[in-house]
Amino acid sequence: MPNRSAGLANKTLAVYVKDLRLELRTRYALNAILMFGVTTLAVVSFAVGQTGLSPKLLAALYWVIMFFSAMSGLSQGFVREEETGTALALKLTADPTAVYLGKLFFNFSLLSTMTIIITPLFFVFTDAPNDNLAPFVLILILGVIGLCGATTLIAAIIAKAAVKGALFAVLSFPLLLTLLIGLISASQKVFDGQTIMEIGTDLQFLVAYAVIMITGSILLFKFVWQE
Amino acid sequence: MFTLRTENLAKRFGPRKVFSGINFEITTGQSLAVVGHNGSGKSTLLKVLLAQLRPTKGKVEFARDNGPMDDAAIRDQVSFVAPYLTLYDHLTAEENLKFFATVAGDSITGKQVDSLLARVGLEGRGLDDVVGYSSGMKQRLKYAVAMLKKPAFLILDEPTSNLDQEGKEIVFNLIDEYRKESIIIIATNETEEYQLAEQICRLGQ
Repeated sequence: MPNRSAGLANKTLAVYVKDLRLELRTRYALNAILMFGVTTLAVVSFAVGQTGLSPKLLAALYWVIMFFSAMSGLSQGFVREEETGTALALKLTADPTAVYLGKLFFNFSLLSTMTIIITPLFFVFTDAPNDNLAPFVLILILGVIGLCGATTLIAAIIAKAAVKGALFAVLSFPLLLTLLIGLISASQKVFDGQTIMEIGTDLQFLVAYAVIMITGSILLFKFVWQE
Repeated sequence: MFTLRTENLAKRFGPRKVFSGINFEITTGQSLAVVGHNGSGKSTLLKVLLAQLRPTKGKVEFARDNGPMDDAAIRDQVSFVAPYLTLYDHLTAEENLKFFATVAGDSITGKQVDSLLARVGLEGRGLDDVVGYSSGMKQRLKYAVAMLKKPAFLILDEPTSNLDQEGKEIVFNLIDEYRKESIIIIATNETEEYQLAEQICRLGQ
Protein backbone atom coordinates (compact mmCIF):
# COMPACT_ATOMS: atom_id res chain seq x y z
CA MET A 1 0.00 0.00 0.00
CA PRO A 2 2.67 2.64 0.87
CA ASN A 3 5.20 3.61 -1.79
CA ARG A 4 8.81 2.43 -1.48
CA SER A 5 11.07 5.41 -1.52
CA ALA A 6 12.82 6.28 1.74
CA GLY A 7 16.60 5.91 1.87
CA LEU A 8 18.89 6.14 4.89
CA ALA A 9 18.64 9.96 4.95
CA ASN A 10 14.82 9.87 5.09
CA LYS A 11 14.82 7.14 7.75
CA THR A 12 17.33 9.09 9.85
CA LEU A 13 15.26 12.24 9.45
CA ALA A 14 12.13 10.34 10.53
CA VAL A 15 13.82 9.15 13.76
CA TYR A 16 15.16 12.66 14.42
CA VAL A 17 11.82 14.41 13.80
CA LYS A 18 10.00 11.83 15.93
CA ASP A 19 12.40 12.38 18.86
CA LEU A 20 12.19 16.15 18.45
CA ARG A 21 8.37 16.03 18.45
CA LEU A 22 8.30 13.81 21.54
CA GLU A 23 10.78 16.10 23.29
CA LEU A 24 8.83 19.26 22.45
CA ARG A 25 5.66 17.63 23.78
CA THR A 26 7.12 16.14 26.96
CA ARG A 27 10.37 18.12 27.56
CA TYR A 28 11.96 15.34 29.65
CA ALA A 29 15.52 15.73 28.42
CA LEU A 30 15.57 19.47 27.72
CA ASN A 31 14.29 20.34 31.19
CA ALA A 32 16.78 17.99 32.87
CA ILE A 33 19.74 19.23 30.89
CA LEU A 34 18.88 22.94 31.27
CA MET A 35 18.06 22.74 34.97
CA PHE A 36 21.34 20.97 35.63
CA GLY A 37 23.35 23.36 33.47
CA VAL A 38 21.87 26.54 34.92
CA THR A 39 22.07 25.27 38.51
CA THR A 40 25.70 24.20 38.15
CA LEU A 41 26.57 27.50 36.50
CA ALA A 42 24.87 29.42 39.32
CA VAL A 43 26.79 27.43 41.94
CA VAL A 44 30.08 28.02 40.13
CA SER A 45 29.43 31.74 39.68
CA PHE A 46 28.51 32.18 43.35
CA ALA A 47 31.59 30.23 44.41
CA VAL A 48 34.16 31.95 42.21
CA GLY A 49 32.36 35.01 40.82
CA GLN A 50 34.52 37.69 39.19
CA THR A 51 37.63 36.65 41.13
CA GLY A 52 40.14 36.64 38.31
CA LEU A 53 40.51 32.92 37.74
CA SER A 54 43.27 31.68 35.48
CA PRO A 55 42.31 30.73 31.89
CA LYS A 56 43.03 27.07 32.72
CA LEU A 57 40.59 27.06 35.66
CA LEU A 58 37.93 28.90 33.66
CA ALA A 59 38.22 26.40 30.81
CA ALA A 60 38.05 23.46 33.23
CA LEU A 61 34.98 24.90 35.00
CA TYR A 62 33.19 25.47 31.70
CA TRP A 63 33.72 21.91 30.44
CA VAL A 64 32.87 20.38 33.82
CA ILE A 65 29.51 22.18 33.62
CA MET A 66 29.04 20.93 30.04
CA PHE A 67 30.03 17.36 30.94
CA PHE A 68 27.62 16.98 33.85
CA SER A 69 24.79 18.71 31.99
CA ALA A 70 25.29 16.32 29.08
CA MET A 71 25.28 13.39 31.52
CA SER A 72 21.90 14.48 32.89
CA GLY A 73 20.05 14.47 29.57
CA LEU A 74 21.80 12.78 26.66
CA SER A 75 20.79 9.26 27.65
CA GLN A 76 17.07 10.15 27.53
CA GLY A 77 16.59 9.29 23.84
CA PHE A 78 17.27 5.59 24.38
CA VAL A 79 16.11 5.38 28.00
CA ARG A 80 12.68 6.69 27.01
CA GLU A 81 12.40 4.06 24.23
CA GLU A 82 13.11 1.29 26.77
CA GLU A 83 11.00 2.69 29.60
CA THR A 84 7.92 3.31 27.46
CA GLY A 85 8.34 -0.04 25.67
CA THR A 86 8.62 1.48 22.19
CA ALA A 87 12.12 0.05 21.62
CA LEU A 88 10.67 -3.28 20.44
CA ALA A 89 8.58 -1.69 17.66
CA LEU A 90 11.58 0.40 16.62
CA LYS A 91 13.94 -2.61 16.58
CA LEU A 92 11.52 -4.63 14.46
CA THR A 93 11.04 -1.86 11.91
CA ALA A 94 14.01 0.47 11.64
CA ASP A 95 17.50 0.20 10.21
CA PRO A 96 19.89 0.39 13.23
CA THR A 97 22.12 2.93 11.45
CA ALA A 98 19.14 5.26 10.94
CA VAL A 99 18.22 4.88 14.62
CA TYR A 100 21.77 5.73 15.73
CA LEU A 101 22.11 8.72 13.40
CA GLY A 102 18.64 10.04 14.26
CA LYS A 103 19.42 9.85 17.99
CA LEU A 104 22.87 11.38 17.41
CA PHE A 105 21.36 14.39 15.61
CA PHE A 106 18.71 14.68 18.31
CA ASN A 107 21.39 14.72 21.04
CA PHE A 108 23.36 17.25 19.02
CA SER A 109 20.29 19.54 18.86
CA LEU A 110 19.68 19.10 22.57
CA LEU A 111 23.25 19.85 23.63
CA SER A 112 23.52 22.73 21.14
CA THR A 113 20.41 24.35 22.64
CA MET A 114 21.92 23.97 26.09
CA THR A 115 25.24 25.39 24.91
CA ILE A 116 23.55 28.41 23.31
CA ILE A 117 21.86 29.19 26.63
CA ILE A 118 24.69 28.34 29.04
CA THR A 119 27.67 29.87 27.20
CA PRO A 120 26.56 33.54 27.25
CA LEU A 121 25.60 33.13 30.91
CA PHE A 122 29.05 31.69 31.64
CA PHE A 123 30.70 34.79 30.18
CA VAL A 124 28.33 37.04 32.14
CA PHE A 125 28.79 35.31 35.50
CA THR A 126 32.55 34.77 35.30
CA ASP A 127 35.33 37.01 34.08
CA ALA A 128 36.19 34.75 31.16
CA PRO A 129 37.66 36.88 28.33
CA ASN A 130 35.17 37.25 25.49
CA ASP A 131 37.27 39.07 22.92
CA ASN A 132 38.38 35.93 21.02
CA LEU A 133 35.04 34.24 20.34
CA ALA A 134 35.49 32.77 16.84
CA PRO A 135 37.93 30.00 17.85
CA PHE A 136 35.93 29.34 21.02
CA VAL A 137 32.76 28.80 18.96
CA LEU A 138 34.68 26.33 16.78
CA ILE A 139 35.84 24.45 19.89
CA LEU A 140 32.26 24.42 21.17
CA ILE A 141 30.92 22.91 17.94
CA LEU A 142 33.61 20.21 17.90
CA GLY A 143 33.14 19.60 21.63
CA VAL A 144 29.38 19.14 21.28
CA ILE A 145 29.87 16.76 18.32
CA GLY A 146 32.48 14.77 20.29
CA LEU A 147 30.34 14.60 23.43
CA CYS A 148 27.30 13.43 21.44
CA GLY A 149 29.32 10.98 19.33
CA ALA A 150 30.65 9.18 22.40
CA THR A 151 27.58 9.33 24.64
CA THR A 152 24.90 8.29 22.13
CA LEU A 153 26.30 4.75 21.89
CA ILE A 154 26.74 4.53 25.67
CA ALA A 155 23.13 5.69 26.13
CA ALA A 156 22.02 2.71 24.03
CA ILE A 157 24.16 0.38 26.19
CA ILE A 158 22.81 1.61 29.54
CA ALA A 159 19.15 2.00 28.48
CA LYS A 160 18.24 -1.47 29.74
CA ALA A 161 20.18 -1.23 33.03
CA ALA A 162 18.55 -0.65 36.41
CA VAL A 163 20.83 2.18 37.55
CA LYS A 164 20.95 4.10 34.30
CA GLY A 165 22.13 7.53 35.52
CA ALA A 166 25.12 6.33 37.50
CA LEU A 167 26.14 3.81 34.85
CA PHE A 168 25.92 6.41 32.10
CA ALA A 169 28.39 8.73 33.85
CA VAL A 170 30.70 5.87 34.86
CA LEU A 171 30.86 4.35 31.35
CA SER A 172 31.12 7.73 29.63
CA PHE A 173 33.90 9.13 31.78
CA PRO A 174 36.82 7.02 30.46
CA LEU A 175 35.75 7.66 26.87
CA LEU A 176 35.22 11.37 27.43
CA LEU A 177 38.34 11.96 29.53
CA THR A 178 40.63 12.44 26.52
CA LEU A 179 38.04 14.67 24.85
CA LEU A 180 37.65 16.81 27.98
CA ILE A 181 41.42 17.20 28.33
CA GLY A 182 41.60 18.30 24.68
CA LEU A 183 38.68 20.70 25.07
CA ILE A 184 40.08 22.25 28.25
CA SER A 185 43.50 22.66 26.70
CA ALA A 186 42.08 24.30 23.53
CA SER A 187 39.70 26.56 25.51
CA GLN A 188 42.53 27.65 27.83
CA LYS A 189 44.62 28.73 24.84
CA VAL A 190 41.66 30.67 23.42
CA PHE A 191 41.13 32.41 26.77
CA ASP A 192 44.84 33.22 26.64
CA GLY A 193 44.23 35.01 23.33
CA GLN A 194 45.60 32.45 20.84
CA THR A 195 44.17 32.40 17.30
CA ILE A 196 42.61 29.54 15.31
CA MET A 197 45.95 28.92 13.55
CA GLU A 198 47.77 28.70 16.88
CA ILE A 199 45.37 26.07 18.25
CA GLY A 200 45.43 24.04 15.01
CA THR A 201 46.81 20.88 16.68
CA ASP A 202 44.06 20.93 19.33
CA LEU A 203 41.40 21.36 16.64
CA GLN A 204 42.87 18.46 14.66
CA PHE A 205 42.64 16.29 17.78
CA LEU A 206 38.98 17.30 18.36
CA VAL A 207 38.05 16.55 14.74
CA ALA A 208 39.85 13.19 14.88
CA TYR A 209 38.11 12.29 18.16
CA ALA A 210 34.66 13.08 16.73
CA VAL A 211 35.33 11.13 13.51
CA ILE A 212 36.65 8.07 15.40
CA MET A 213 33.80 8.06 17.91
CA ILE A 214 31.03 8.45 15.35
CA THR A 215 32.53 5.91 12.92
CA GLY A 216 33.15 3.41 15.72
CA SER A 217 29.63 3.93 17.07
CA ILE A 218 28.01 3.38 13.66
CA LEU A 219 29.93 0.12 13.30
CA LEU A 220 29.14 -1.10 16.83
CA PHE A 221 25.60 0.19 17.27
CA LYS A 222 23.87 -2.66 15.45
CA PHE A 223 25.27 -5.18 17.96
CA VAL A 224 24.37 -3.04 20.99
CA TRP A 225 20.86 -2.33 19.69
CA GLN A 226 19.97 -5.92 18.81
CA GLU A 227 21.21 -7.48 22.07
CA MET B 1 8.25 -18.70 -1.49
CA PHE B 2 9.19 -17.93 2.12
CA THR B 3 10.05 -20.44 4.82
CA LEU B 4 10.44 -20.20 8.59
CA ARG B 5 12.16 -23.13 10.22
CA THR B 6 13.45 -23.86 13.68
CA GLU B 7 15.95 -26.53 14.59
CA ASN B 8 15.96 -28.03 18.06
CA LEU B 9 15.15 -24.65 19.60
CA ALA B 10 15.52 -24.35 23.37
CA LYS B 11 15.35 -21.49 25.84
CA ARG B 12 16.33 -21.31 29.51
CA PHE B 13 16.22 -18.42 31.95
CA GLY B 14 18.98 -19.40 34.39
CA PRO B 15 18.12 -22.82 35.79
CA ARG B 16 14.48 -22.68 34.56
CA LYS B 17 13.78 -24.40 31.28
CA VAL B 18 11.14 -22.54 29.28
CA PHE B 19 10.97 -24.86 26.26
CA SER B 20 13.19 -27.25 24.37
CA GLY B 21 13.25 -29.35 21.22
CA ILE B 22 11.08 -27.00 19.15
CA ASN B 23 11.25 -28.07 15.50
CA PHE B 24 8.95 -26.83 12.79
CA GLU B 25 9.05 -25.67 9.21
CA ILE B 26 6.30 -23.61 7.66
CA THR B 27 6.11 -22.06 4.23
CA THR B 28 4.05 -19.35 2.57
CA GLY B 29 0.35 -20.13 2.78
CA GLN B 30 0.70 -22.12 6.01
CA SER B 31 -0.11 -21.07 9.55
CA LEU B 32 0.99 -22.22 12.99
CA ALA B 33 -0.66 -21.75 16.38
CA VAL B 34 1.61 -21.73 19.43
CA VAL B 35 -0.48 -22.83 22.39
CA GLY B 36 0.17 -23.60 26.03
CA HIS B 37 -0.81 -22.57 29.52
CA ASN B 38 0.23 -19.24 31.05
CA GLY B 39 4.00 -19.15 31.52
CA SER B 40 4.62 -21.98 29.07
CA GLY B 41 6.82 -19.73 26.93
CA LYS B 42 4.60 -18.70 24.01
CA SER B 43 5.68 -15.06 24.03
CA THR B 44 9.28 -16.11 24.72
CA LEU B 45 9.20 -18.35 21.65
CA LEU B 46 7.91 -15.48 19.51
CA LYS B 47 10.64 -13.19 20.85
CA VAL B 48 13.25 -15.85 20.01
CA LEU B 49 11.81 -16.13 16.49
CA LEU B 50 12.02 -12.34 16.15
CA ALA B 51 15.65 -12.35 17.37
CA GLN B 52 14.73 -10.28 20.42
CA LEU B 53 15.93 -13.07 22.70
CA ARG B 54 18.86 -15.36 22.05
CA PRO B 55 17.98 -19.08 22.13
CA THR B 56 19.92 -21.24 24.59
CA LYS B 57 20.20 -23.91 21.90
CA GLY B 58 19.14 -24.44 18.32
CA LYS B 59 18.51 -21.97 15.55
CA VAL B 60 15.86 -20.03 13.70
CA GLU B 61 16.05 -19.49 9.96
CA PHE B 62 14.02 -17.17 7.79
CA ALA B 63 14.46 -18.15 4.14
CA ARG B 64 13.34 -16.88 0.76
CA ASP B 65 13.44 -19.38 -2.11
CA ASN B 66 15.55 -21.57 0.20
CA GLY B 67 18.24 -18.90 0.66
CA PRO B 68 18.64 -17.47 4.18
CA MET B 69 17.43 -13.88 4.65
CA ASP B 70 19.57 -11.20 6.28
CA ASP B 71 18.37 -8.90 9.09
CA ALA B 72 17.23 -6.13 6.75
CA ALA B 73 15.24 -8.53 4.57
CA ILE B 74 13.59 -10.04 7.67
CA ARG B 75 12.67 -6.55 8.97
CA ASP B 76 11.10 -5.81 5.58
CA GLN B 77 8.96 -8.94 5.63
CA VAL B 78 7.82 -9.29 9.25
CA SER B 79 4.79 -7.69 10.86
CA PHE B 80 4.27 -8.28 14.56
CA VAL B 81 1.38 -7.43 16.87
CA ALA B 82 1.36 -8.11 20.62
CA PRO B 83 -0.18 -6.54 23.73
CA TYR B 84 3.33 -5.61 24.97
CA LEU B 85 4.29 -3.91 21.69
CA THR B 86 4.00 -0.18 22.38
CA LEU B 87 3.55 2.67 19.93
CA TYR B 88 4.40 6.31 20.66
CA ASP B 89 1.79 7.65 23.09
CA HIS B 90 2.70 11.29 22.56
CA LEU B 91 2.37 11.11 18.79
CA THR B 92 -0.95 11.04 16.95
CA ALA B 93 -2.10 7.87 15.18
CA GLU B 94 -1.28 9.52 11.85
CA GLU B 95 2.22 10.49 13.03
CA ASN B 96 2.81 6.93 14.29
CA LEU B 97 1.77 5.43 10.94
CA LYS B 98 3.87 7.88 8.93
CA PHE B 99 6.87 7.33 11.20
CA PHE B 100 6.76 3.53 11.00
CA ALA B 101 6.21 3.66 7.23
CA THR B 102 9.20 5.96 6.72
CA VAL B 103 11.64 4.05 8.94
CA ALA B 104 10.63 0.86 7.16
CA GLY B 105 11.70 2.51 3.89
CA ASP B 106 8.28 3.47 2.56
CA SER B 107 6.32 6.66 2.22
CA ILE B 108 2.62 6.99 2.87
CA THR B 109 0.10 9.63 1.83
CA GLY B 110 -2.59 11.16 4.03
CA LYS B 111 -5.22 9.30 2.00
CA GLN B 112 -3.51 5.97 2.64
CA VAL B 113 -3.34 6.77 6.36
CA ASP B 114 -7.09 7.51 6.41
CA SER B 115 -7.81 4.30 4.54
CA LEU B 116 -5.71 2.21 6.98
CA LEU B 117 -7.34 3.82 10.01
CA ALA B 118 -10.80 3.18 8.51
CA ARG B 119 -9.91 -0.49 8.03
CA VAL B 120 -9.23 -0.86 11.75
CA GLY B 121 -12.25 1.19 12.79
CA LEU B 122 -10.33 4.32 13.83
CA GLU B 123 -11.66 6.70 11.17
CA GLY B 124 -11.71 10.30 12.33
CA ARG B 125 -9.25 9.61 15.19
CA GLY B 126 -6.02 10.00 13.21
CA LEU B 127 -5.15 13.39 14.68
CA ASP B 128 -5.66 12.35 18.30
CA ASP B 129 -2.64 11.61 20.50
CA VAL B 130 -2.39 7.87 21.14
CA VAL B 131 -2.08 8.57 24.88
CA GLY B 132 -5.83 9.26 24.89
CA TYR B 133 -6.70 5.94 23.21
CA SER B 134 -8.25 3.01 25.06
CA SER B 135 -6.26 -0.25 25.14
CA GLY B 136 -8.53 -1.66 22.41
CA MET B 137 -7.95 1.35 20.17
CA LYS B 138 -4.20 1.04 20.71
CA GLN B 139 -4.41 -2.62 19.70
CA ARG B 140 -6.31 -1.63 16.55
CA LEU B 141 -3.64 0.95 15.72
CA LYS B 142 -0.98 -1.76 16.02
CA TYR B 143 -2.85 -3.69 13.33
CA ALA B 144 -2.86 -0.58 11.14
CA VAL B 145 0.94 -0.41 11.58
CA ALA B 146 1.21 -4.14 10.77
CA MET B 147 -0.80 -3.53 7.58
CA LEU B 148 1.61 -0.84 6.38
CA LYS B 149 3.25 -3.65 4.43
CA LYS B 150 2.08 -6.92 2.93
CA PRO B 151 4.22 -9.07 5.23
CA ALA B 152 5.56 -12.47 4.27
CA PHE B 153 5.54 -13.32 8.02
CA LEU B 154 2.63 -12.19 10.17
CA ILE B 155 3.38 -12.95 13.82
CA LEU B 156 0.62 -12.33 16.36
CA ASP B 157 0.81 -12.73 20.13
CA GLU B 158 -2.65 -12.92 21.73
CA PRO B 159 -4.10 -11.30 18.62
CA THR B 160 -7.52 -10.34 19.99
CA SER B 161 -6.32 -9.17 23.39
CA ASN B 162 -8.17 -5.99 24.49
CA LEU B 163 -10.44 -6.09 21.43
CA ASP B 164 -14.25 -6.01 21.33
CA GLN B 165 -16.25 -8.22 18.93
CA GLU B 166 -15.88 -5.72 16.08
CA GLY B 167 -12.12 -5.55 16.69
CA LYS B 168 -11.91 -9.36 16.67
CA GLU B 169 -13.68 -9.44 13.28
CA ILE B 170 -11.05 -7.04 11.93
CA VAL B 171 -8.28 -9.41 13.08
CA PHE B 172 -9.99 -12.52 11.68
CA ASN B 173 -10.54 -10.75 8.34
CA LEU B 174 -6.87 -9.68 8.30
CA ILE B 175 -5.75 -13.27 8.93
CA ASP B 176 -8.05 -14.48 6.14
CA GLU B 177 -6.73 -11.84 3.78
CA TYR B 178 -3.07 -12.69 4.41
CA ARG B 179 -3.53 -16.45 4.69
CA LYS B 180 -2.55 -17.31 1.10
CA GLU B 181 0.43 -14.98 0.73
CA SER B 182 1.95 -15.06 4.22
CA ILE B 183 3.23 -17.34 6.94
CA ILE B 184 1.02 -16.71 9.96
CA ILE B 185 2.07 -17.55 13.51
CA ILE B 186 -0.41 -17.03 16.33
CA ALA B 187 0.43 -17.45 20.03
CA THR B 188 -2.79 -17.87 21.95
CA ASN B 189 -4.92 -19.77 24.42
CA GLU B 190 -8.22 -18.85 22.78
CA THR B 191 -9.87 -21.74 20.94
CA GLU B 192 -11.36 -19.51 18.24
CA GLU B 193 -7.89 -18.13 17.52
CA TYR B 194 -5.84 -21.30 17.35
CA GLN B 195 -8.47 -22.93 15.18
CA LEU B 196 -7.50 -20.39 12.54
CA ALA B 197 -4.14 -22.17 12.12
CA GLU B 198 -3.51 -25.49 10.36
CA GLN B 199 -0.60 -26.61 12.55
CA ILE B 200 -0.24 -26.48 16.30
CA CYS B 201 2.92 -26.23 18.42
CA ARG B 202 2.12 -27.10 22.05
CA LEU B 203 4.37 -25.76 24.78
CA GLY B 204 4.61 -26.71 28.44
CA GLN B 205 3.77 -30.37 28.06
